Amino acid sequence: MNKHVVVIGGGVAGLEVAGQLSKAGIDVTLIEKETKTGGNLNKWYKLFPDRRKSSEIKEYLDGITLNRGINLLTNTTIEMFNRNRNHLLITTNGGKELVADAIVVATGFDLFKSARKEEYGYGIYDNVFTSADLEEMFRNGKIALANGTVPETIGIIHCVGSRDEKAGNLYCSKLCCVTAVKQAIEIREYLPESKVFCFYMDMRMGGAFYEELYREAQEKWGVSFIRGKVSEASETIEGKLLIKVEDTLAGRPLKMKLDLLVLMAGMEMSEGGKKIAGIGGLNTGENRFFAATDNHFGSNISNIDGIFYAGTCTAPMNITETISHARAAVVEVIDYLKDGR
Amino acid sequence: MNLEGKKVIWNDYQKEIADDKYYYVRSCVRQNFFPGSETAFLKIMREELNKDVYEHPCHTTCTGIGYHSDIIPVETTMTVVARQFAIMTEAGYENLMPSCITSFGLYTEILDTWHHFPEVEEKVRRQLKKATGREFKKPKNLAHASDVIFKFRKEIGAKAKYKLINKKTGEPLKVVDHIGCHYAKMFPSKGVGGAEYPYVLTGMIEEWGGQIIDYPERRHCCGFGFRQYLVQANRGFSIACSKEKFESMKPFKPDMIITNCPGCPMFLDRWQYVINEMEGKRYGQNGEGIPVFTYEEVAGLVLGYDPWDLGLQMHQTDCEPVLQKMGIEYSPEDKYNLEIRPSYTESHKLINV
Amino acid sequence: MVDDNMDRFGFTISTGRQIDYESNDRSIAEYILDKEPSFRLCIECGGCSATCTTGNFTGFSLRELNILIKRGENDKVRQNLKKCMLCGKCTLVCPRGVNTRNIVVLAKEAFQKSDEYAI
Repeated sequence: MNKHVVVIGGGVAGLEVAGQLSKAGIDVTLIEKETKTGGNLNKWYKLFPDRRKSSEIKEYLDGITLNRGINLLTNTTIEMFNRNRNHLLITTNGGKELVADAIVVATGFDLFKSARKEEYGYGIYDNVFTSADLEEMFRNGKIALANGTVPETIGIIHCVGSRDEKAGNLYCSKLCCVTAVKQAIEIREYLPESKVFCFYMDMRMGGAFYEELYREAQEKWGVSFIRGKVSEASETIEGKLLIKVEDTLAGRPLKMKLDLLVLMAGMEMSEGGKKIAGIGGLNTGENRFFAATDNHFGSNISNIDGIFYAGTCTAPMNITETISHARAAVVEVIDYLKDGR
Repeated sequence: MNLEGKKVIWNDYQKEIADDKYYYVRSCVRQNFFPGSETAFLKIMREELNKDVYEHPCHTTCTGIGYHSDIIPVETTMTVVARQFAIMTEAGYENLMPSCITSFGLYTEILDTWHHFPEVEEKVRRQLKKATGREFKKPKNLAHASDVIFKFRKEIGAKAKYKLINKKTGEPLKVVDHIGCHYAKMFPSKGVGGAEYPYVLTGMIEEWGGQIIDYPERRHCCGFGFRQYLVQANRGFSIACSKEKFESMKPFKPDMIITNCPGCPMFLDRWQYVINEMEGKRYGQNGEGIPVFTYEEVAGLVLGYDPWDLGLQMHQTDCEPVLQKMGIEYSPEDKYNLEIRPSYTESHKLINV
Repeated sequence: MVDDNMDRFGFTISTGRQIDYESNDRSIAEYILDKEPSFRLCIECGGCSATCTTGNFTGFSLRELNILIKRGENDKVRQNLKKCMLCGKCTLVCPRGVNTRNIVVLAKEAFQKSDEYAI
């Protein structure tokens, strides 16, 4: 009889795990809390570093998961975990009971709720948006202010909700800097007359072709990079956003009026993941993501026998790394299942 | 501007404010510059709201001025504050209500220090016992006087004779609210509304009919500090801070400024005169300045108290334009008539100790 | 007027030191960017200033001047530019490939050409 693995979370990691397990001849039930799969992938329009469409990734993932006999349960959440001697038992919100030989948790991340950074005025001032909001504008092909006019000066603030004790997250979300650079270039593409300013603490361009993208942003697109953390944003009488930032490299405070402000929201452990951690007794780290048993060669392994992790539920990572991590989880699961458990 | 976004934040920063039996400690500075304010406050609390507000003539300065000017070491300050608590305990009160924002900030800071370092609290208890023979209990509730007026703003609004509305045009008055730095910037959770969008004065203005102005330099300090202006040569920095605020609020055409700290209205009021003398600039409309009020004065005006009883004649920047806008009945000739009026003799009496 | 205020009050209103981005004059920066596109690549890492011959002994910092030019804070730039010895060590070091020496030359040219700033 085939082994049965339940994958919790239908985002990039969950879909990749489900597809690869299915290819290996294992029965898979994929549980997704939303109406459709894709998770955070659905939020992005074009992806770094090459600005290809996110829909292509979705197509690839659908290609390995659809029509393969994977049992997909959407609008479903987990309410209870149990284990007996041989199996893991899961109860869903619909009252369904599933018996699994192994579970892969791929609950992903949530974007930091930028309203918590009160000083930037998200949700208060009309023209403050997050990186996700901006992607929507790119998807609709229209970057506009709340009153419909076209912005001329746009500011991008790095590290919103990351590396910030006040926001409750000490870690770096890793991908926001390259997202900011990508979005800066995209804004300049859509609005050739615009001026774009990126306000950063450090430029973290640690992936393949990220640094080159940064260089392109400066060289080809004339994006200005100002090193300093924006302390506050306020609205002027004309409805522009006045920001105060220390131009650290000039050694002086700087103030500037912008038409539109984009906040690079960081990545946090997802709410769904937190719930699973609680009901499953799974350990989380100080950064509130799931804590794997070993940082180097056990990053997919949890503290509970038979439960594995895949993707951003363990730490911020990009799509390339998520897919690799998911494939690694599959290797661990197959290995685990071989021992006749 | 989306007010709903601010309301979410205001909901997050709620604080417990006692509703009766207050132990009132006065401000060192406020009684000099705005003598009507504390008197009006006591009248409102005792006569309008029927609250028990107790003050003891033996209470001293909290020494916040000295502490913030580096003249008095922090342990001395803590011991003086402990004595305030001791007198409060002896009188049988648990709810501390300071008039001054710096005091409020200082009490909050000291209570927080004692919470994290109980050995310091023990030491202060020993020092107080040795110096004065007194013992104390920490206050159960600490709320600034403006928090209390905020709590009862609806009751005051219900009794209002005048609203913060321009009688001629029917439009709400445009009000700038300026919060003292020590109210929320050090401990945002101890201020109503937090540090970014404080609600304590905003709530009062909303309730009494006015319209809040949000301007870019809303958070900026008025420049009072203590180090800055105690030494004459440093005052250039202080006045520059106030000027930055005025320049920023001017395009919004505010009718008045309301503050809750004793030092801020003194600065915002007096510096307008100095800036005019130095640079010929004025920030109101029609060549006027922007009148500055304490929240007690505004509460008093709203309740229909006589402006000259409230001490508005002591303001440097003329308040009469706002009085006229609000349609308040008053007699301009009586402005400098110093005769004590009967309506105030009740509150002038000291409670027997 | 300032002296009167000192006499009357004993202090004058302090001036702010914020860089006011909108009102600054960035014509020098634009002149340089037009003629030396590699100026755009500068990330102000300071490699140039570290090796600079002049910077060793005077207040001249090419990194700092590059930023001030970009922000339009031209006064300090104007005073310090003449100190550069045009030795070219900075260009050797730059990790981004900025032609730093040419920036100094062009900056001087820009100041000369602008009546307001003629050195």
